[in-house]
Amino acid sequence: MTNDLDIFVGNTTLIDEEVYQLWLDGYSVSDAVSLRLRSGILEQTGATVDVLQSDTMDHYRTFHMLERLLHTPSKLIHQLHFQIPPSRQAMLIERYYAFDEAFVREVLGKKLSKGTKKDLDDVSTKTSITLKSCRRQFDNFKRVFKVVEEMRGSLVENIQQHFLLSDRLARDYAAIVFFANSRFETGKKKLQFLTFEDFAYCAEQMIQNWTLGAVDSNVDDMDVDLDKEFLQELKELKVLIADKDLLDLHKSLVCTSLRGKISVYNEMEANFKNLSRALVNMASKLIHTKDVRDFFIDLVEKFIEPCKSDKWTLNDVRLFLTQYTTSAHNLDAFRHQALWDRYMSTIKSCLLKMYHD
Amino acid sequence: MPGKLKVKIVAGRHLPVMDRASDLTDAFVEVKFGNTTFKTDVYPKSLNPQWNSEWFKFEVDDEDLQDEPLQITVLDHDTYSANDAIGKVYIDIDPLLYSEAATVISGWFPIYDTIHGIRGEINVVVKVDLFNDLNRFRQSSCGVKFFCTTSIPKCYRAVVIHGFVEELVVNEDPEYQWIDRIRTPRASNEARQRLISLMSGELQRKIGLKVLEMRGNAVVGYLQCFDLEGESGLVVRAIGTVCTLDKISNTAFLPACNSPSKEMKEIPFNEDPNPNTHSSGPSTPLKNQTYSFSPSKSYSRQSSSSDTDLSLTPKTGMGSGSAGKEGGPFKALLRQQTQTALEQREGSPHRFCRRREFPFFTLTAFPPGFLVHVGGVVSARSVKLLDRIHNPAFVGIMGNTRSYKLLDWNSFNSDEPETRDAWWAEIRQEIKSHAKALGCHAVVGYSESTSICEEVCILSASGTAAVLNPRFLQDGTMEGCLEQRLSWQPGFFSIGSEKGEVDFFPQNQDSSSLLGIEETSPPGCGFFHIPYDELNMPFPAHLTYCYNCRKQKVPDVLFTTIDLPAEAMVIGKGCLIQARLCRLKKKAQAEANATSISNLLPFMEYEVHTQLMNKLKLKGMNALFGLRIQITVGENMLMGLASATGVYLTALPTPGGIQIAGKTPNDGAYEQHVSHMQKKINDTIAKNKELYEINPPEIPEEIIGSPFPEPRQRSRLLRSQSESSDEVMELDLSHGKKDAFVLEIDDTDAMEDVHSLLTDVPPPPGFYSCNTEIMPGINNWTSDIQMFTSVRVSRLSNINLTNQTLNKNFNDLCENLLKSLYFKLRSMIPCCLCHVNFTVALPEDEVIQITVTAVAITFDKNQALQTSKVPAEKTLQRASTDNEEQLQFPLELCSDPLVSQPFSPAKEVLENAGSHTGIPAAQRATSVDYSSFADRCNSWIELIKLKAQTIRRGSIKTTASLDKASPLAEGHLRHRSVPSCTNSTVSVVKMTPLSFIPGAKITKYLGIINMFFIRETTSLREEGGVSGFLHAFIAEVFAMVRAHVAALGGNAVVSYIMKQCVFMENPNKNQAQCLINVSGDAVIVVRESELEMVPVQPSAAVSQPASAGDVTT
Repeated sequence: MTNDLDIFVGNTTLIDEEVYQLWLDGYSVSDAVSLRLRSGILEQTGATVDVLQSDTMDHYRTFHMLERLLHTPSKLIHQLHFQIPPSRQAMLIERYYAFDEAFVREVLGKKLSKGTKKDLDDVSTKTSITLKSCRRQFDNFKRVFKVVEEMRGSLVENIQQHFLLSDRLARDYAAIVFFANSRFETGKKKLQFLTFEDFAYCAEQMIQNWTLGAVDSNVDDMDVDLDKEFLQELKELKVLIADKDLLDLHKSLVCTSLRGKISVYNEMEANFKNLSRALVNMASKLIHTKDVRDFFIDLVEKFIEPCKSDKWTLNDVRLFLTQYTTSAHNLDAFRHQALWDRYMSTIKSCLLKMYHD
Repeated sequence: MPGKLKVKIVAGRHLPVMDRASDLTDAFVEVKFGNTTFKTDVYPKSLNPQWNSEWFKFEVDDEDLQDEPLQITVLDHDTYSANDAIGKVYIDIDPLLYSEAATVISGWFPIYDTIHGIRGEINVVVKVDLFNDLNRFRQSSCGVKFFCTTSIPKCYRAVVIHGFVEELVVNEDPEYQWIDRIRTPRASNEARQRLISLMSGELQRKIGLKVLEMRGNAVVGYLQCFDLEGESGLVVRAIGTVCTLDKISNTAFLPACNSPSKEMKEIPFNEDPNPNTHSSGPSTPLKNQTYSFSPSKSYSRQSSSSDTDLSLTPKTGMGSGSAGKEGGPFKALLRQQTQTALEQREGSPHRFCRRREFPFFTLTAFPPGFLVHVGGVVSARSVKLLDRIHNPAFVGIMGNTRSYKLLDWNSFNSDEPETRDAWWAEIRQEIKSHAKALGCHAVVGYSESTSICEEVCILSASGTAAVLNPRFLQDGTMEGCLEQRLSWQPGFFSIGSEKGEVDFFPQNQDSSSLLGIEETSPPGCGFFHIPYDELNMPFPAHLTYCYNCRKQKVPDVLFTTIDLPAEAMVIGKGCLIQARLCRLKKKAQAEANATSISNLLPFMEYEVHTQLMNKLKLKGMNALFGLRIQITVGENMLMGLASATGVYLTALPTPGGIQIAGKTPNDGAYEQHVSHMQKKINDTIAKNKELYEINPPEIPEEIIGSPFPEPRQRSRLLRSQSESSDEVMELDLSHGKKDAFVLEIDDTDAMEDVHSLLTDVPPPPGFYSCNTEIMPGINNWTSDIQMFTSVRVSRLSNINLTNQTLNKNFNDLCENLLKSLYFKLRSMIPCCLCHVNFTVALPEDEVIQITVTAVAITFDKNQALQTSKVPAEKTLQRASTDNEEQLQFPLELCSDPLVSQPFSPAKEVLENAGSHTGIPAAQRATSVDYSSFADRCNSWIELIKLKAQTIRRGSIKTTASLDKASPLAEGHLRHRSVPSCTNSTVSVVKMTPLSFIPGAKITKYLGIINMFFIRETTSLREEGGVSGFLHAFIAEVFAMVRAHVAALGGNAVVSYIMKQCVFMENPNKNQAQCLINVSGDAVIVVRESELEMVPVQPSAAVSQPASAGDVTT
């Protein structure tokens, strides 16, 4: 005897968070059943495998029907089809838009295109996240990207408003959108030690300081693109390394103030010019899209790696960057103070965030 | 022109994309009522159009207002081709037609398409201006309230409970019209939905007319059903209980239903009273095979059984004023019939008799004191053949008498409703005689159902025979009630017996005095005392003296279809008991098929009852409530499913155990096996007693000794004696105190039975289940409720079809379904599944469909433990609150709570304690009505005289104060009804099959919800197969019910029921279709905690004073 049809419909839609997670993780019904079996649920409830199977199927069907609504969470809130208490709705949305660290590190900064989607099976193999789950996460990224891409106002707020996500998740999505838009390279081997959180922090700093929205919140542009004018102006910073006197003066100022305070004074002194050149050169090249993409690689290769090889501590880096930034103000010949601050404050935040093992 | 309907289309949202190119929609709306259509402007290129239309005004008859639904169609404008329909909304405007209910319908409705399901939502506002219609020939019955609830609705009190009302209308099913071959499935479905909506509106109107005629103002326990008879048509039928209700908040004590009765008095006898009113139509041979549980010998004792007065509506040539109306021949015809029916009634010399024709009540719960005695279940079934069009009429076959009827749709002759009417009248007659055989004058908890397979139809009716307190039933004024005389008027009974069973109820004030002869029944056990004469028992039964009062006789087991009366004293908890049965039947055509079904039915009834009895004993219980036996007919099998709630009544004797007797006593191994089984059974009984907390106080044998009849011999239940045991609870067995119930294992069948007894697994810890409104032993419900519907369809394809395997499969199917429910709802533990309603259908060969609707309610475990120790007190509290809510009419009751009771087990002490806690004993006391025993009155008189001497009488007159019980004023509550949902614009609507929402108080009934939907798909696989399709559809149905309730201003549906769920699939064509019919009462509930917090505002209380009583417009 087989059950052709087997359904359970509650007036209040029944949602089992455990099964929801299994569904989100992309497990098939039979995999989900065996996973639930392993959790010992049968022993607790005295149910049989059939019951578990039927229950899982039911939930999967419900989730499948809800998925359409989850694509536009505002619909889920206003729809009449399923009666779900608001707290449950929020849970459904939040979990649906949640993503795996391993996955996001693979996709971060990649173009959210069909091509990338095709490569998801490699991502799936590499991260051992099911392809289904990868697709959901990828589609979420893409959906959010499409909606907020051309929108005015604060990126985070837009995301929050349209997808009803928690503040934290909205911030993460803002980072994902920002990275995808500028296509920052994050996948290189050298960058593997960086977490998504590191990148998200950097993205936030960049959005706050380097986009058009940073200068003027009324401007009818978005947080997504970097301020082209600013990038253009960054070329002016080149004077700091091009002008030999200025560079020497800058070095002496920094060395004077750091003497005795920093544990790697000699190394710093020896390396100052290299480091300064690296930071200023990066600034001057940011106008080129290619160099924007390599921004993080440059930071790692040209600054973090040399410091690490000289065994700088995080505190050393902090002291150096602070002095490096402020000392420039004392260079009378250097006139781009505001520009310098706008550039360096973000660079400093990023570097400090990224400076770990 | 007595009504103006005003409709405004505000906006739409989440519309589907209709134009692929732009990914947008150019939507506009058509608003149609009757034959008038209005259109909104096209709102271009939007999925969230804001039409903000003007008010569309329809000037219509109130008759049309009752019949017609408002049709709203959302379309996509297309310049070059036909406009595409997006979907429709049907709005039943009936709730706007009575002043007490909703005043406006306003809200978001899902836009529904029969092919695509819900496609966005539309915001609509609907209002009705009603003008008073003084036309005395009117055909409308606006103002009559309808309730699905099978008890007196919570914020009303019953002034008079008039009795039974029934009606049916028929029409051709659009699905089977020739035009169906050329139109699209969508058009066909919509035609069907529209027609059924129209028919149910009309049916309700016609019932309303009957209600007004009976001088009631409401129908309670309204049950409307559809019979999809396929090619022979579509029947919509309804039954209900007519009442005169009064709103409790009404401070002025109005006499019973002033306005309707006054108005009705004005209706003159028609100019042409048809002298021929009693011809019962064409004389079809109506005798049919019916089965009853009371054996024939008893009912052959009945003196006269009048077979004339059937409520047929003979067709006369009368057309009258309504014939000229638009609405097609179908409508005109029905109007004409109503007209004639009305005339007949008015003109009939036997007017009063006719009205009392069937003393049936669809209610399952009653005001305290209403139910005097309960006799037992009465039921009747009849197998009928639905004949096709153009079949030769009247084919008589065998002496076995089945009725045939020619249906000729083309000429629209009105034979059809008459045939159906006659069929039902016949069954009701049968029920009535069974009730009479049980010494009862009324049937309560009455319901009717059908099962149709191809052209065979089984009609079933069942109820509980009962003796009622006539004070609640008469039309007389309050003075009549107050009058109390002790004189006995035997003359009255002579009238009764002459007229047959018609006059069970006194017709005038004088006769009410009969009821003055009241005997005190101790509270909590009176209804279980036998209504029949002990010396002249209608069937062999084992009687004992009531374990509660020791005065009256009670049966050893009691089966009823009603809810457990609130005052009943129960030990422990109850549980759901089901009997399940399958019987194979040969495939056959027409007559042969009907015959074989007829032959199988008694065996099935017998087995179902044996199973119920066995399972009841296994649970250690002695009574069943809410019994519902469903017999379903399929192509090659019959299914029987009986569900009931078992309880242990303190008034009834402790059930004996079950003893197994082996057939071959000398075989050692066999003996061992038998004794092993015996042990298992005994263990199970012991376990169940513990589980359900059944621990009746031990009563020393000596005390009980004398009143008991001498010990009977143990009798054996042999499987072969099925023919002789048609009765329900009185199988010819004695299962008294010491006598065990014997199962003889004489063949493998019997072994199977014993096994199946033991395979029923009790629900997991923390779960209880019942199919009644409330679970005895649990009363501390939390507000956490979850109503659900679960459907399973199982294919028996790979099975060797025998009765045994079928039974096993069916049993497993039900058990697994229950297990599945317990698992799904495990987060609600401790919890009780209430009102568990199973429906079985056999849609195809070897396919079983089971539909379950129930509500899971969480209760507070700690409190439960505490209170379960004092069950009596608890029930009394419940009773007292009910009293306040429902019964405000002057009760004059005799009570003697102080009569020294010879035996005082602990429970009586408790009960007495309960009576000191502020509940006047008088309110719980019931009075005995002996008037029904017309033919046995002499013997009773002796008895009563005897009793009069022994019982100290005390009579108390109580007029309950109204002010005290009046709840918060409506106007005040109205604004509170909007749930304070923070984030979401969608208000929460709770749904429950119960008549109440735990932890909340119903402050207003907004009207009946009665909806019919069809969903069809031609892309079954794409929609997730049959499960995906039906899952989505049921969710949509819930959504549409909720939306309608919310638009009426309500926040809950009570007495929700899914009356039909017909599912058909054709996987080869990738198609499926499903029809669902649901109903319930839309209400406003207020959390009890909120009620306490909000102080009553007197100003608001007076703002809407005169609404009650003002029911006709």
